[in-house]
Amino acid sequence: MNWQLALPEIFLSCAAMAILMYGVFARPERSFVMASMLSVGAVLLTAMLVLSGAPGTGYNGLFTVDAYSHFGKLLILTAVALGVVMSLDYAEHANMQRFEFPVLMLLAAVGMMLMVSATNLMTLYLGLELMSLSIYVLAAFARDERRSAEAGLKYFVLGALASGLLLYGVSLVYGFSGSMSFAEIGRAMADPKSASPGLTVGIVFIVAGLAFKVSAVPFHMWTPDVYEGAPTPVTAFMGTAPKVAAIVLLVRLLSDPFGALLGQWQQLIVLVSIASMILGSLAAIGQRNIKRLMAYSSIGHMGYALIGLAAGTGAGVRGVLIYMLTYVFMNAGTFACILAMRRKGRNVEGVGDLAGLGRTDPAMALAIAVFMFSMAGIPPFSGFWGKYFIFTAAVQQGMWLLAVVGVLTSVIGAFYYIRIIKVMYFDEPAPAFDPRPVSLSFVACASGLFTTFFFLFPAPVVAAAEAAAKVLFP
Amino acid sequence: MMLPVPLSHYLAVSAILLVMGIFGIFLNRKNVIIILMSIELILLAVNINLVAFSAALGDLAGQVLTMFVLTVAAAEAAIGLAILVIYFRNRGSIEVEDVTLMKG
Repeated sequence: MNWQLALPEIFLSCAAMAILMYGVFARPERSFVMASMLSVGAVLLTAMLVLSGAPGTGYNGLFTVDAYSHFGKLLILTAVALGVVMSLDYAEHANMQRFEFPVLMLLAAVGMMLMVSATNLMTLYLGLELMSLSIYVLAAFARDERRSAEAGLKYFVLGALASGLLLYGVSLVYGFSGSMSFAEIGRAMADPKSASPGLTVGIVFIVAGLAFKVSAVPFHMWTPDVYEGAPTPVTAFMGTAPKVAAIVLLVRLLSDPFGALLGQWQQLIVLVSIASMILGSLAAIGQRNIKRLMAYSSIGHMGYALIGLAAGTGAGVRGVLIYMLTYVFMNAGTFACILAMRRKGRNVEGVGDLAGLGRTDPAMALAIAVFMFSMAGIPPFSGFWGKYFIFTAAVQQGMWLLAVVGVLTSVIGAFYYIRIIKVMYFDEPAPAFDPRPVSLSFVACASGLFTTFFFLFPAPVVAAAEAAAKVLFP
Repeated sequence: MMLPVPLSHYLAVSAILLVMGIFGIFLNRKNVIIILMSIELILLAVNINLVAFSAALGDLAGQVLTMFVLTVAAAEAAIGLAILVIYFRNRGSIEVEDVTLMKG
């Protein structure tokens, strides 16, 4: 048995526990910053271990390392590192400097890495739960704040329901296909005799559970409330890494073991995708709270990403991966700017608070403008290229409806993204924000540079996504 | 392997438990603790399913997953109750109808 396949995960979980021990024994006033620094270091080391890991399958087929899981893991680790850096400054002001915060993020990262590498329903479930349980706690982390507690409660109840449904689906798929391993399930599905209704019901339950995690319509109802109520760095974290993990898992699950039933789940994904795109673009228009707006925006983005899955081809999967990559950087950058919206030591969240930012803080206004243009899908920013790869994949498969709805909802979505730019540059200036901390400027600047100049060097990213997609569609 | 009680009976019980759990979450307007109990009910429905399938298939994987599910359910209950305690401290109530600070 080749245990070294899981070396990155083993290292990261040991590091998380070691940092926890450090936090217990260190002096309380310094422990948060040190624990965060150590966590970023642990994440970087894990990323190196992932890069140097050889592909293979181990643990009796429970766990697989391939180009596809490499892509997912590196993206997740990037998002986690950005998340930890972004939380540094906020925690100081919101009085949540507790060392458990970065440790929970690391544990969530271990769960997400397991999800990405899962080739067995058991690994899938355990990874998903490790991620979810850590994030429930994170959402309620500002425990003296009513909104945070309520967000944690809502996320917990609905999340537990979703994992329950997913698990019910797992049990049905196990019973009707006779195995939990993806390879065995795939073999059972390829035989038309064994494609019983019970199996289809099981797949629907699993897709519903995962659709909840990626907050696709009709399982999106928690997203706006939890995004608004959770502490902002947690919202930033929830909007990036877990979405990547859940989408990557969903794509692997549907195209690998359930690939033979493409005709049955394709309809489902098409419906979910169209509904998410429409709701994401329409419901965001009336929002005044920028975190809530970002929640609807993320629902819409997940709709676009699911188009690539619905296409059911290698090009589609490549599109999904590129889309998620651009999405992580846009989202992290936007939230870094939202975290920097602070007046007299208090964070503000209204879209109106951005008024006249173009005059009071041109650098931050420029960064937000870049992210908003990119999310609206305006070339040459990275968001455009994500959409481009997705839509071409859909058109190649003759799925015109998806592509047309996608383009139309992008246009509607552009309205509220560009309204933010209008507020920043053409409205009467509101009082200036407090000086930006270095950590947030760093994240916003790095994501902004990536988003702006992605079009100059897309080749390595596209090649990596291509190699990853080849694993599922050789 | 022949089961003394046919598989379909187990599946029916488990489906009934699942539906009861889901309805317990959505119809309950009183208390958040009842929601936690409903979640537990859903997980137990799954466990019945898994064990029944495992016995019918003669395959141990289902029972192994049941053990994991029991463990995760315990962790989930612990976290759920902890969040509930924080919530109660902030609001002084755990009525479901009061969980409406954020809307829209």
